[in-house]
Amino acid sequence: MSLDPVAAPPRERPLLSRALANRSFVLGLAVTVTVTLVALISFFWTPYDVTDLQVSNRLQGLSLAHPFGTDHMGRDILSMIMIGARNSIAVAMVAVGIGMGVGVPLGAWAAAKGGFADEALMRANDVVFAFPSLLSAVMITAVFGPGAVNAIIAIGIFNVPVFARVARGAALALWPREFILAARAAGKGKVLITVEHILPNIASLLLVQGTIQFALGILAEAGLSYLGLGAQPPMPSWGRMLFDAQTRLAVAPHLALIPGLAIVVTVLGLNLLGDGLRDVLDPRLRRVR
Amino acid sequence: MSLLEIEDLSLSIGGTRILEGVNLSVERGQVMGLVGESGSGKSLTALSVMKLLPDAARPEGRLTFDGIDLLDAPEAAMSRLRGEKIGMVFQEPMTALNPVKTIGEQVAEGIRWHTGANRAAAEARARAMLERVGLPERRFPLTRYPHELSGGQRQRVVIAIACALQPKLLIADEPTTALDVVLQAQILDLLRTLVRENGMGLLLIAHDLAVVAEMADRVSVMRQGRIMESGETVRTLTALKHPYTRRLAEASTHVPERTRHTAPAEVATLLRAEDVTKDYPVRQGGLFRRKRPFRAVDGVSFRIGRGECVALVGRSGCGKSTLARMVLALEKPTHGTIRFEGETIEDKDEAALRPLRRHMQVVFQDPYGSFDPRHRVERLVSEPLHLLDERPERARQRTLVAEALEQVGLKPSDMEKYPHEFSGGQRQRIAIARAIITRPRLIVADEPVSALDVSFRAQILDLFAELQRQRDLACLFITHDLTVARAVCDRIMVMDEGRIVESGTPEGVLNRPATTAARALVDAAPDLQRAIDRRAARSG
Repeated sequence: MSLDPVAAPPRERPLLSRALANRSFVLGLAVTVTVTLVALISFFWTPYDVTDLQVSNRLQGLSLAHPFGTDHMGRDILSMIMIGARNSIAVAMVAVGIGMGVGVPLGAWAAAKGGFADEALMRANDVVFAFPSLLSAVMITAVFGPGAVNAIIAIGIFNVPVFARVARGAALALWPREFILAARAAGKGKVLITVEHILPNIASLLLVQGTIQFALGILAEAGLSYLGLGAQPPMPSWGRMLFDAQTRLAVAPHLALIPGLAIVVTVLGLNLLGDGLRDVLDPRLRRVR
Repeated sequence: MSLLEIEDLSLSIGGTRILEGVNLSVERGQVMGLVGESGSGKSLTALSVMKLLPDAARPEGRLTFDGIDLLDAPEAAMSRLRGEKIGMVFQEPMTALNPVKTIGEQVAEGIRWHTGANRAAAEARARAMLERVGLPERRFPLTRYPHELSGGQRQRVVIAIACALQPKLLIADEPTTALDVVLQAQILDLLRTLVRENGMGLLLIAHDLAVVAEMADRVSVMRQGRIMESGETVRTLTALKHPYTRRLAEASTHVPERTRHTAPAEVATLLRAEDVTKDYPVRQGGLFRRKRPFRAVDGVSFRIGRGECVALVGRSGCGKSTLARMVLALEKPTHGTIRFEGETIEDKDEAALRPLRRHMQVVFQDPYGSFDPRHRVERLVSEPLHLLDERPERARQRTLVAEALEQVGLKPSDMEKYPHEFSGGQRQRIAIARAIITRPRLIVADEPVSALDVSFRAQILDLFAELQRQRDLACLFITHDLTVARAVCDRIMVMDEGRIVESGTPEGVLNRPATTAARALVDAAPDLQRAIDRRAARSG
């Protein structure tokens, strides 16, 4: 007899209705979807062409023609924000993809293999962790030249140990479970067991970690392009816009405020989404109400 | 007036009625046994007394403890009562203790909180209490952490915490279910002495009638949130007036019908283990300290004939499960050989083992942990089909799964469901279906009934006997309970500290145990009839 206070658990509500009842999930999802939509629209349409410099129009305030004003070269800030969103999301997404694509198999392999291989991989992980990630990203882009692609690779590399660690930890907890033993007794090899049993059972954890890393990726991209190591002009990016705004803060504070707000809102939205996802997916945190 | 009086207690959670008109009383210095199957509402009755119910629970009725109305008592008053006047012991000693605090701190904590004693005084009382429960400071310093103790020792610590302030009432919710039979006997003995010495009332919750028969002065039988029958223990359990009580008693003494393999020497050998030893490296202290091995299995040799059912009996931690895993080729022995159908298995890699694996399958103890919660029954049961040379196509696979499910007494339509939709007993049936689907010659069953209620246990034992008869299936049946071993096995091997110390027919081992290890198991084996006889003799 377990101590579970509910003798016969009522059927769980379906995932979707549970998710929709979670406020941080809904809010986070709304923000993320909006930002993504804005980024997608920017592929087809922006209010103005951002390569079109009109110095006569420079540093305008908020108006109907330019809802967010214009910058020091007369470009429309709304258009720049839209393309910047595309840039940020692309960099973060590919970086998280690299992290997951390399880190998860590595972590799962370490957990399955155990022994020396595991130990060696995890110590290598520690070494990567020990470098301040932004500093190393600066190093990488300094060596290979600045640009969006190198920024992606730099951020991606630092996502690998995060995912390797999460995947390994969760997988290690599963390996001694009896259903895994049963699968081994059924003659399944470690690769097959990892694909069939381990990965589906740690997927929710990885998904949550993914959203959090996504938010961190956006921050890192902003940081790199602020230092001039991310996307190169004329391609606008949020970090670069902040940098350009810096010297004109007293004259035109909205130049800094608007890209700053864009970063804050996006990161906040992704973090909320991650928190919400965790509550929805992880049954251990669910309260009996 | 009784110490604890429960009158007409009803409880609903989220609109579902869980308890219905429960009447129960516990006297000072007496033991009240509360028996019932999983989900009958025993634990919730106990939690109602402690007022530790989930938020959504709505209790009604009257709960009087020592003249205090518990249902009306505010939370602050309840906090004072809990731990000081009412103690509670939970089932699982692994999770009931805080892993980062020493046992001394954990016992002293309650003393300081309730009496305001200073650190030194509380520690002195904690020391005395731990000594009282059989953990003298010489051998178990107060600075030990829970993980440094065995399951039985941890349960003693839990009891020490519950009894540190000499409560008037102790509630023990399945205090021995997670322990082996020898530890169970020791813990029950300790509880009995504490009741006698301190004159406290004990509400003992159990699903095993034998435990209650041994301990309780009065017994209440609970089913589906209602008390079925209540009365003096020996009279209630001998008269068996209520049909449900009778059913429980029959289930707990149930022995499946089976024909025994009388001359095991004549049947062909299926499995032979010779001098099998397993060492585990143990990290002593620091990372770079020398590793000293721990010998889990020590030079074990035995054989199992075709169609023979052999029980491997021993206390927890004696190396039974390690041996089982080596037989299943899930772990490699440090040295020694294991032959299955004449072929050695310890030196083969996974690919070479495939044709052998098909003929040996496994059933584990925990019916909750042995399935991937994300797969449907069809996929779970068909998993070993992967071992056949040609994996059958989908339609054929579904027929095989349906057949296996029918064999274990489930419906073919159950294959569309997920494991959480089944009860513990049904899940164990699914586990057996998974084990028999490749038509193996040997099943290794590691404590397959220890986690089950008596009624489920009887059914699963029947199923094992039935399968053996039909399929000429050999079985290595691992258990700590000799009563279970006797019910289904041809031969018993007793294991102790990594060695097989005794082996023979069930009658031989049970009636004339030759070694101390075997005798301890025999004496501790819960047996309803024996317990009743003993009680009747004691009361004269």
